[in-house]
Amino acid sequence: MKLLLAFSRRGQHDPGREPVIARVVKETGVLVNVEKANIDSMAGEMLIDVPDADAALVRQRLEEMGVTVRVMENAIARDEAECVDCGACISVCPQEVFSFDEEWRIRVSSERCVLCGKCIQACPHGALSQQG
Amino acid sequence: MEKSLDLINARIRDGTARVVTAEEMPGIVDELGEEGALAEVDVVTTGTFGAMCSSGAFFNFGHADPPIRMERVWLNDVEAYAGIAAVDAYLGATQEAESKDHLYGGAHVLEELVAGGTVELRATSRGTDCYPRRSITTELLLEDMNQAIMVNPRNSYQRYNAAANTTDRTLNTYMGTLLPRCGNVSYSGAGTLSPLANDPGFRVIGSGIPIFLAGAKGMVVGEGTQHSAGGGFGTLMVTGDMKAMRQEFLRAAVMNGYGVTLYVGVGIPIPVLDTGIVRSTAVRDGDILTDIIDYGTPRRDRPSLARVSYADLRSGSVEIGSETVRTSSLSSYRQARAVATELKDWIERGKMELALPTRRIDPAKRSKPMRETAVTPRVRDIMNRQVISITEDEEIRVAAKRLLKDETNHLPVLDGNGTLVGIITTYDVSKAVVTDGRLRQVKDIMTRKVIKTTPDEPVDIAAQKLERNNISALPVVDATNRVVGILSAIDLGKLFGGRRRR
Repeated sequence: MKLLLAFSRRGQHDPGREPVIARVVKETGVLVNVEKANIDSMAGEMLIDVPDADAALVRQRLEEMGVTVRVMENAIARDEAECVDCGACISVCPQEVFSFDEEWRIRVSSERCVLCGKCIQACPHGALSQQG
Repeated sequence: MEKSLDLINARIRDGTARVVTAEEMPGIVDELGEEGALAEVDVVTTGTFGAMCSSGAFFNFGHADPPIRMERVWLNDVEAYAGIAAVDAYLGATQEAESKDHLYGGAHVLEELVAGGTVELRATSRGTDCYPRRSITTELLLEDMNQAIMVNPRNSYQRYNAAANTTDRTLNTYMGTLLPRCGNVSYSGAGTLSPLANDPGFRVIGSGIPIFLAGAKGMVVGEGTQHSAGGGFGTLMVTGDMKAMRQEFLRAAVMNGYGVTLYVGVGIPIPVLDTGIVRSTAVRDGDILTDIIDYGTPRRDRPSLARVSYADLRSGSVEIGSETVRTSSLSSYRQARAVATELKDWIERGKMELALPTRRIDPAKRSKPMRETAVTPRVRDIMNRQVISITEDEEIRVAAKRLLKDETNHLPVLDGNGTLVGIITTYDVSKAVVTDGRLRQVKDIMTRKVIKTTPDEPVDIAAQKLERNNISALPVVDATNRVVGILSAIDLGKLFGGRRRR
């Protein structure tokens, strides 16, 4: 399961200043895969992947440390009225989120998405968007 | 055995014609043989749905009171060509709106009209005795127009080159997003369903034949612009009544970083008259070959990286050299199939009869490149041949002196054999001085990945390199990587100040 973490770095003791991921891994023993991290001077955002069974525990510990946690279920949304099933999204995606089904319709495996945004720009029909 | 068109049309009229899609035909020919398929099948329907930039429509808006002779016309702020008559205009799909903050163009206006939406017409004129009015603004629906006749000068390409990119930056092209270092392949075309791939000899596709155009009954006008069937790139000019079109088969699109285009659904019914047509309609994806072209070469003639079939492209990945590269389609196979299937339904229900061409299209014609009368300026025409350079094992202090003495900001760095290995700038030298006293030699501070040009590269392409990399000079090298000149932004200024004065 993918979790999107947001944390502040304003104050010296804000979670963004602490080794929160390392702490969670050490305490819980859950292997966390960091898929994307965007950290600047004031705040940070991080996308992590954790085994479904451990997600609740990881989430609870992170929240206790002051991190805002959101479960990414449908990271990428496809507007069926706009999509013409061309397939322009398929090969630009580094995660192989998109594929054709037997009827040559686009199939979206949203759980693989790491929010890189490449498909959104590549879609000629403006049919893809990131779930806010 | 041969079959006449009259017989086929008689069967269409009494509902007994056997109609199949071009996707079904190869299997039927395998099963029944050519003679058997000829006896069995009367019509093969084809279809394609993809980006067809060369599209647009003629409109007649009706006369206003007092009347106006429109000289300039805008539909939803997208300019249409009005140099034809008082209230006629042609709106091209790729024309972009003047004031919109997002990309919006002719294609969007065409889709909006077909969807039943309102479009704002704005026009200006100088006013004449017979047409006194000078401006008009009104809101129109498609039904308000006397005519809305789609005329697409170049549609339905026989096949299309696939695209890849060997450079190390992402390219945004009309073939979509091309990832660096051959990260993906983009292609277009419906392969086995493609209309012209089913009649590459243009035996039954020609002027006057009925077609499916964006959900309406349309017609082939004749060869399309840039028609080059001799090389396998035939095109068609097609027309149809927009008022009968459906949004499902006419969709505006934006190619990121490139511009607006229109997705059009085109389907052509092929009468099965003889075994020659049976053979041509038995074409499979594996029989239709195309090249993967390197769009990283910014020239008209781009190198081919591999030759592949549509079966390869549609499998999801192709081999380029020893690498497996994923493919993306820009055209929609599902929609191409929907076009061919709907056309099949029309014919089965007697809604469309077939016709033979009133004039044949030349299957051997090849399009020519542009004849250019002004010589395209090349780097050699404006480069500075007095190159001040330095070798990589000189001390930084020597480089600093040389930069000062010759009043230049760039020094190409050469190795012992005189070939280019790096470049240093005044900035690199300054940085070396303030940051660290330990760096002593030119090779410690030089940029090793040099962006460079060649003497015969067009100046426009060299200028793009400067701009894109935010640099102000390019070493000019020959085939053996020896520096023969340097091109600076100042040299470019000379060109624009001289021959291209505006």
